[in-house]
Amino acid sequence: MDSPDFFISRPHSLAEALQALAIPGVRPLAGGTDLIPQWREGRREIRGMVDLKHVPELQIASFQPATGARIGSALALSDLYALPWLAQHYGGVDDAARLIGGWQIQNRASLGGNLCNGSPSADSAPPLIAHEGVAEIVSPQGSRTVPLEDFFTSPGKTKLGPYELLLAVNLPAPRPHAASAFLRFIPRAEMDIAVASVAAHVQLDAAREKILVATIALGAVAPTPVRAIEAEAVLIGQIPSDKLLAAAAAQAMLAAKPIDDVRGSAAYREHLVEVLTVRVLKIALERARRAS
Amino acid sequence: MKKIIVSAQVNGEPVESLASPRRTLLEWLRDDLRLTGSKEGCSNGNCGACTVLLEGKPVLSCLVMAFEAEGQKITTVEGIATSPNRLSALQSAFVSEGGLQCGFCTPGFVVAATALLEKIPHPSEPEIRLHIANNLCRCTGYDKIIKAVEKAAEAGK
Repeated sequence: MDSPDFFISRPHSLAEALQALAIPGVRPLAGGTDLIPQWREGRREIRGMVDLKHVPELQIASFQPATGARIGSALALSDLYALPWLAQHYGGVDDAARLIGGWQIQNRASLGGNLCNGSPSADSAPPLIAHEGVAEIVSPQGSRTVPLEDFFTSPGKTKLGPYELLLAVNLPAPRPHAASAFLRFIPRAEMDIAVASVAAHVQLDAAREKILVATIALGAVAPTPVRAIEAEAVLIGQIPSDKLLAAAAAQAMLAAKPIDDVRGSAAYREHLVEVLTVRVLKIALERARRAS
Repeated sequence: MKKIIVSAQVNGEPVESLASPRRTLLEWLRDDLRLTGSKEGCSNGNCGACTVLLEGKPVLSCLVMAFEAEGQKITTVEGIATSPNRLSALQSAFVSEGGLQCGFCTPGFVVAATALLEKIPHPSEPEIRLHIANNLCRCTGYDKIIKAVEKAAEAGK
């Protein structure tokens, strides 16, 4: 049986990449850790691949204290977390990057792939959302930005249009006395897909007593990653205490709209959100107290 | 389907070979280059039996396309021994510590652990467990694998 030709391309420029991606059915390939198994298992039909890893703009990882971070979408996670500024200023993103899969997967997988795969349990999403990260998208028509909080639309789907490419993720400049953290619950110690996950980003006042800003994002407990706005409201302007964190966690449960599935029941997921919210806030607050 | 030429360096030797564009690296290594040390345990990135080094970093060859190997340096388990009749310290430790039973997962563990000891010459137990988390073993219960890595780290002092 004759199988149709499989288109492959290894562009060295963004323009070349966009041109190749204009071919219907041809998919972008960064780490391939989602694309390849989905294709091989017949869950995704493709007519070819464009290897993005040799396009310089997609491999950037730059940070300036005044302007924040710019992370190329195809950069391997292990190359990203090798950069000291990630753990120092975007701790929750560092936590997530080190949790995705295992070492071998982290040497290939990218933030771009994790986000564009569109899974509601994408580990990188909650901390990137907690940092108010922005997706920079390009196409032959030009470029646009989408806050990551709005990037996911439904399970497996994002706002990325058919011939668009996620170019980079931009993170704001770090605030003083601020820090983030990310936790997820899985059956084993590594490798699994999150049953529930929570990221928090907090900023303390100059005296490091009151919470000035708090952003909380939940993963794997709704059709998309979601912000727990009510929980955030509980914290703002307040001095952290066990009682305060418990109150925030109870509100975070309300933002979760989980389902029963093979990984857990809706009820258990709600419970996990409550537990993880307290824990992740404690870690973020501790990091914020130590942050400059 | 029209084949492509992949030119790479495999276990220190230049290789030029035809591959179907749809081939994974694992298939190319095993079926085209006859390097059958790397194993197909799951084909979806869960078991690590297909682990090879790509530019010195451990990756799952079942999740790499053969065409991505173009111009790259690859080390498979066949390239771990220091010479044909001399196992590496890590490989010897697997033998002396009993870090294998059926042996199917072993090539993946050996490659991953070799890379670990390059990165962290004296890893703690949590560091070992973290770095081999992408490798599954159904026989040993992992303890003796960890001991083998620790023994090899000792030998490296």
